[in-house]
Amino acid sequence: MADASTSAKGDLKLANVTKSFGEFTAVDDLSLVIPEGSFFALLGPSGCGKTTTLRMIAGLEVPTAGTIHVGNTDITDMRPYKRPVNTVFQNYALFPHLSIFENVAFGLRRRGIKDVKEQVDKVLNLVELPHLAERKPTQLSGGQQQRIAVARAIVNRPALLLLDEPLGALDLKLRRQMQIELKWIQTEVGLTFVHVTHDQEEAMTMADTIAVMNEGRIEQMGSPADLYDNPKTAFVANFLGQSNLIQGKIVDSDGDSHVVDLYGQKVSVLKRRTVAKDSSVLFGIRPEKLRIQPDSHDKPGNVLTGGKISDVSYIGVSTQYQVEMPWGQEIMVFEQNDDGVPPLDKGDEVRLSWEPIFSFALDGNEDATAGVDVEPEAE
Amino acid sequence: MNATVASPVKKPRSRKIAMPYLLLLPGMLWLITFFLIPILTLVKTSVNMDLANYDPTTGATGSFWGNFWYAFRTHEAPFARSFIYALAATLIALCIAYPLAYGIAFKAGRWKNVLLVLVVAPFFTSFILRTIAWKQILGQQGPVFRLLLDLHLVTYQSHITASAGAVIAGLSYNFLPFMTLPLYSSLERIDPRTLEASGDLYANAFTTFRKVTLPLSLPGVVAGTLLTFIPAAGDYVNAEILGNPSTTMIGNVINAQFLRTSNYTLAAALSFVFMVIIIAIVLFYISRAGTEELV
Repeated sequence: MADASTSAKGDLKLANVTKSFGEFTAVDDLSLVIPEGSFFALLGPSGCGKTTTLRMIAGLEVPTAGTIHVGNTDITDMRPYKRPVNTVFQNYALFPHLSIFENVAFGLRRRGIKDVKEQVDKVLNLVELPHLAERKPTQLSGGQQQRIAVARAIVNRPALLLLDEPLGALDLKLRRQMQIELKWIQTEVGLTFVHVTHDQEEAMTMADTIAVMNEGRIEQMGSPADLYDNPKTAFVANFLGQSNLIQGKIVDSDGDSHVVDLYGQKVSVLKRRTVAKDSSVLFGIRPEKLRIQPDSHDKPGNVLTGGKISDVSYIGVSTQYQVEMPWGQEIMVFEQNDDGVPPLDKGDEVRLSWEPIFSFALDGNEDATAGVDVEPEAE
Repeated sequence: MNATVASPVKKPRSRKIAMPYLLLLPGMLWLITFFLIPILTLVKTSVNMDLANYDPTTGATGSFWGNFWYAFRTHEAPFARSFIYALAATLIALCIAYPLAYGIAFKAGRWKNVLLVLVVAPFFTSFILRTIAWKQILGQQGPVFRLLLDLHLVTYQSHITASAGAVIAGLSYNFLPFMTLPLYSSLERIDPRTLEASGDLYANAFTTFRKVTLPLSLPGVVAGTLLTFIPAAGDYVNAEILGNPSTTMIGNVINAQFLRTSNYTLAAALSFVFMVIIIAIVLFYISRAGTEELV
């Protein structure tokens, strides 16, 4: 065929892509390479530009500036129906007037493929719903519709499969199950998946690489573990999991560590885990890395003393504490309930300690609350 | 079962059963008074006398089939004209209303409500007045005639009013809102994402229209064509004002028989035959369109 729907293969490259709607810049000078065969997630809060980015790749929006390539083929201005790209839409967008079989066969028929029946049966088997071929979409449950939406897209073997909040409409249990299934399908068919979501757990479970987006830009890109362990900005630290960020000052350097002053108490952080422009830093530590003891205990490593428990929630596998520090900040601590010691009480005086390698330091001029209270998805 | 236990359970239940009937009552009364009783009267009137062999001395009543057959046979031309004009008007209205409804549903943005009000705006003036206005529009001083004159398609001696074309034009115009509104409501219900999905699955704009938009809007097409065709076929105002004696529709004949000639028997028989034909056409159309298949 003459169009690119079957020929273009290779990495997806976005170069300096910008999309403005009037005064509002939805996507701002975004450059990105998504390697062929990877499961890539665009993660961010509502309005961060992730869906606009996806729609530009699908051809449903035209970039204001910049180019999009698949392999060596420029698809920036290509019509959606000519692109080697298929989309799993939010709320699935199945054709209500067609049977499940015809829904899945739609793309094949448009391209004049010969063995439609064979290919549709194969992909319906892959999503384990061959017995529903003659049903109408409205007769299917949400989870089944979701799988048909995936089947309808992957049957065309596109160079790229785009998933727009594909699990947003499912309940928690089904969502977990579909996360595992989608990952399995991706491994099975070996296509490049680009997944847009605001759900950090969903992104972390499925994606090889995550790009965290905020206000039209990529904040940070990397593997789930890398993003979680080495956040480079306060937004990433707060948006992926939870972080305690404490304002501090680098007062000394010693070998491979910085010594940081936090309201008069000295702690340390590895130099390679420090992102700072000057001596002012946001000192970061994840709640589950903290240990909490009565204030009389002595523990090696980094210690902050003078805390007072202001809230305790016991949730079975762990206990979550809010600890009020002498400078007024609330620090969150997650303790595994694996030592048989009864949880501490509200009002107890405590000290917090941690292994120095777990802490990180960000640029102190950043807003420590960035990404904490981002709005949940509007839709 | 113990009666004392059953009674408190039974009472609200029987009330629950009675409720829908109670709600139906006003409508039912209305239908009985203004539809069922007149229809029965109409049927009775239609056999008041024997139409084929009228003899005022005996006052013999006619048979159903004899009178209906007579009414039909003697007025084949107005019957045929009614259905042909109505069909033509329905098709023209569909061709105009579909793009209009499509535009309002998908492209109008914040002007949607304004445009919908404009669609029904003609209802603010009288049906008769609007039809008379069409006479002016199509008349020799009107813009349509002027344009055709400039294009050398007509001469000063010819006219476009008082013709079948003018009647059809009037019918198409007068029933356009009845076509537009159901079309709009079924188009508006289409999830725009299904159209995007079609484009995403290699269908160009035309194929998307043919394979997705049109089938999904079929319930609106069926409703709109019925709402246009039925009243258009029974209309007599357009033929009266915009037509000539050879464009008489069945509505005009019935009107004349009831109000001028006072041949109530013939008028009633014609009305009944017309009703039967309309019902037959509608049933055939709905069974062919297969509305249940659409949802």
